[in-house]
Amino acid sequence: MRYAMAIDTNKCVGCADCVVACQTENLVPHGFSRDWIVEKVDGTYPNLDMAFQSERCNHCENAPCVRCCPTGSSHIAEGGIVLVTHDECIGCGACIESCPYDARYVHPDGYVDKCTFCIHRVDKGENPACVDVCPTYCLHFGDLDDPNSDVSKALKDRNWYVLAPEAGTKPQLYFLR
Amino acid sequence: MKEELIVSGKHLPGIYPDLHLWHWEIALYLFLGGLAGGIIFFASYFVIMGKEKEMPTAVKWASIIAPLALVIGLGALFLDLNHKLYFWRLYTTIRFQSPMSWGAWTLLLITPLSFIWVASYLKEMFPSWDWKFNFLNQFEKFVIKNRKGLAWILLILSLIVAVYTGILLSAFNARPLWNVSILGPLFLVSGYSSGLAAIMWISKNESERKVLSRIDLILIAVELFLIVHLFMGFMAGTAVKQEAFNLFLGGPFTVSFWVFVVLLGLVLPGVLEIFELRGYHVPKWVPAFLILFGGLVFRFVMVEAGQITRYLY
Repeated sequence: MRYAMAIDTNKCVGCADCVVACQTENLVPHGFSRDWIVEKVDGTYPNLDMAFQSERCNHCENAPCVRCCPTGSSHIAEGGIVLVTHDECIGCGACIESCPYDARYVHPDGYVDKCTFCIHRVDKGENPACVDVCPTYCLHFGDLDDPNSDVSKALKDRNWYVLAPEAGTKPQLYFLR
Repeated sequence: MKEELIVSGKHLPGIYPDLHLWHWEIALYLFLGGLAGGIIFFASYFVIMGKEKEMPTAVKWASIIAPLALVIGLGALFLDLNHKLYFWRLYTTIRFQSPMSWGAWTLLLITPLSFIWVASYLKEMFPSWDWKFNFLNQFEKFVIKNRKGLAWILLILSLIVAVYTGILLSAFNARPLWNVSILGPLFLVSGYSSGLAAIMWISKNESERKVLSRIDLILIAVELFLIVHLFMGFMAGTAVKQEAFNLFLGGPFTVSFWVFVVLLGLVLPGVLEIFELRGYHVPKWVPAFLILFGGLVFRFVMVEAGQITRYLY
């Protein structure tokens, strides 16, 4: 099993519904978020090109945060989801420094927090909150090993890219273009 | 050229743009860890070589600094933790791939051992010292009998502690300034040089200082050599490495690095030490202070600058 997400940058309008859905679903404290929108503008005026990327933890296959964690609090759960066990986390920040995507933050309660791919929903067979709430259906989630999953189908006939592949982390967020 | 503008929507005061997570606590610890490592290394080295009599400061007096530096450094590390009361989780597991885990375990060993080292010399340093309890006297006898063994253990632990200060940073793939394998040796040499400076500062023995000065000159030369290599690597590196390099060449860290670390912290004390060895009178605290100050600034510069560098995507 290998959970992944595909983000259709042609469909994303940058409404940030995914951000709000995540904050509501996961009770993320005010002033923080586990996912965010990046607006990319390419070209020279007046010939500009704009795309939106809904970003979150890349749930890397070769996760530097898991490698750096001195207590084993950061770990890879079944399906490749990178998680933090809150009562094992000492809040040292090694994982935050080691993440090329800046996907982690220190929760006001002291531990480090991040996107969980809504594992509590995924375990019940549901999609992550951000995926379900997206008004343009630009987020696709599922198991890469299952050819009939939403994400496998989305990746099949589209070109895609990942973020900072040169970091060697084998990220699992695929951006469709 | 095609221009690209990236506007992040992560307008969250808790996360962006202030991702600066590590502050003075880490820099201070990296300095004190290297300093303690240096002092412990030379104390145990001279004992192993049987030079206890010739190098009284290095072996006895200066080694008092080591446990104090370690305790203050550990205090700083503790302050840096965000989930403080869970710190003991470090000691419920060993993570071989995490330098921080290695460091935590090494510190757990070297800190009490450095106290024992100092304690075993207390009677020599203060002849009226009395342990009060018989079991303490017996323990002291046991330590003195096995001092060479203790010296060997401390020698190896001091290497790990001093290298660890650099490897802690170089393990972070996401920060291109830190992610260079030469950082471990560089911090090791710099830490040992700080240790020597501290010993020289408090040494009252002329011939001892001369020996230490000579060793320190070699360490300074090696450190300069490693810094040149560090920057050669950045210059010849990919875009992210070049960006890291630019922070030090025209960027915000140019003055603090080249003036305070290289010129005042390495070159000037090196020149002063050469003059001293040639017989000129140089107040002994001047080169020592410069080296310690340069070492401290170096840690601060590396910790601050490293957190600015990142992958460009």
